Amino acid sequence: MTTETPTRTTRLESDESPRIVYQRPELLTDRSTHYCPGCGHGVVHRLIAEVLGEMGLGPRTIAVAPVGCAVFAYDYLGLDFCEAPHGRAPAVATGIRRVRPEAFVLSYQGDGDMAAIGTAEIVHAAARGELITAVFVNNGIYGMTGGQMAPTTLLGQKTTSSPGGREAVLHGYPLPITEMLALIPGVAYAARGSVLDPGTIGKTKAFLRRACEVQLEGTGFGIVEVISNCPVGWGMTPRQSMDWLRDNVAAVYPPGVIVDRGRPALSLPVASRPEAAADDA
Amino acid sequence: MTERVLMKGNEAIAEAAVAAGCDAYFGYPITPQAEILEWMARRMPELGRVFIQAESELGAINMALGAAATGARVLVSSSGPGISLMAEAMSYMAASELPMVLVNVMRGGPGLGSIQPSQSDYFQATKGHGHGDYHVPVLAPSSIAEAIELVPTAFEIAERYRTPVMILTDGSLGQAMEPVVPRFRALERPTFDWTLSGADGRPPRVVRSLHLKAEDLEAHNRVLQAKYHAIEGAEVRWAGERLDDAEIAIVAYGTAARVATTAMARARSAGLRVGLFRPISLWPFPSVALRALAPRLRAILVVELSAGQMVEDVRLAVEGGVPVHFYGRTGGMVPTPGEVVRAVETALFDPEVDPVSLVALAGGTR
Repeated sequence: MTTETPTRTTRLESDESPRIVYQRPELLTDRSTHYCPGCGHGVVHRLIAEVLGEMGLGPRTIAVAPVGCAVFAYDYLGLDFCEAPHGRAPAVATGIRRVRPEAFVLSYQGDGDMAAIGTAEIVHAAARGELITAVFVNNGIYGMTGGQMAPTTLLGQKTTSSPGGREAVLHGYPLPITEMLALIPGVAYAARGSVLDPGTIGKTKAFLRRACEVQLEGTGFGIVEVISNCPVGWGMTPRQSMDWLRDNVAAVYPPGVIVDRGRPALSLPVASRPEAAADDA
Repeated sequence: MTERVLMKGNEAIAEAAVAAGCDAYFGYPITPQAEILEWMARRMPELGRVFIQAESELGAINMALGAAATGARVLVSSSGPGISLMAEAMSYMAASELPMVLVNVMRGGPGLGSIQPSQSDYFQATKGHGHGDYHVPVLAPSSIAEAIELVPTAFEIAERYRTPVMILTDGSLGQAMEPVVPRFRALERPTFDWTLSGADGRPPRVVRSLHLKAEDLEAHNRVLQAKYHAIEGAEVRWAGERLDDAEIAIVAYGTAARVATTAMARARSAGLRVGLFRPISLWPFPSVALRALAPRLRAILVVELSAGQMVEDVRLAVEGGVPVHFYGRTGGMVPTPGEVVRAVETALFDPEVDPVSLVALAGGTR
């Protein structure tokens, strides 16, 4: 399996000068993140930096930061950012989008933010077909506040507010919000990726690029859910959390394209196409 | 355009905002402000500007937050129950220093209350809607003509100080039609150095209210408080009528001031020396002017369409310098001029009687 992001610099066999094949994307700031060891947010940040950089969108992007661990995304991504109250990122992004038609608008939310307190805002932004690219990081837990149950927490999963494990009769069922959104005609593109391994990460990058393309095409709302891990909140080592992500989370939230109502992208300002990674992964 | 036309209060406010150069309107239906939403639904698209009927008041005000972060001139309107939902974002916008004008066409409360005119949101408007140490300038017109004047003023204050500004009106002013000379005022567009537009050839900008370090947040609060002091120094507005020889001043704003004006004329014709002190900016409250007036008075009578909210600021302002009486009706009931004259007489000649008890005599429900 090949990936888009080889992990070391390779020298070509010809006498050409060395070619850099892996480096920090320009839009990723040179700053250590505050995320816990093993956390998936950093991977998602990098994918955003790569995709926006390759598409040349950085200088016209206005991004919306969530409430939760990723509120500090603006410290790591070299983009104009607006904070939103908890759950309101899609409404804030809508306001930006409507008065700045020339901008590229990206919102970033976690599962508590989007699938609990912000369900009304995300559903109606999608229903209006707002030209927004929504990144939804689903790690099934409220990380910043200490690991409480989220709307996406799996049945049986123990959290600090479901100490005996999530029970449907007590806590309700995990909410498949991306599938719900995919039913809405205003949604041009909905997909679910993962931060599990280089293959799935490459595929997630392709999903993200497509979710950006539908905004540029003007075909509608684009969302990429990324199932991710929270080793500290889950009470696991990073390695254990990845096993849990693969064996349990992906079974409930299977990665893949859920809907693509967009036109085929033909002449977009895309520097490199994602097909290889998408096909391989 | 100097011809007098008949305009409904809500529509006059909406058109004044359009004329002032409002770029975007976000709203949600609620009585008695729906005419603002409906006016904007027609006017904004025909001018190529932004109109969205949001999914909720939460949605509306957060759309305003996003639009304001890019430097757009934004109007939002609602009434009490909707303003309560907007409280969250008002705190964020005050903290993030974002300009916006929010109209509250007050109705009776608490709870779902009634849809009749009321002034029961004075505390909410002037003492902070949401959490944290912040203030929002509040302008209260008492006529439709004055509302037309105050809308561009509100945008100017919002943009000059980078703060939300509230226009506090009520169901009576919103629904009534009055002849006005529609002198709408267009505003210049200031240049901002903080707006989000994409980090093109400049460092990225962040519109934020989060400051996790206590030292940082205190420093940010100092900036906000300095701004509030500047507003208190420069943006106090009030109007006085017949105060020169008055032995009693009625203090009232908005619709209550309209009733008080009629009551004052009746009391004057009966030989009572009554004046009217009408706060226009409710925050900052015209405390200094009122305090200066107090020594010349025998009494103050505060009249409100509430159970007594602004009266607290009046008492704070005069610092016990003069007896402060109160007369109010609630729930959508409006005091009659006759009731106010009786309250004036009681305050002057029978100060042991609480004028509020006159409500019972007048057949009120209190």
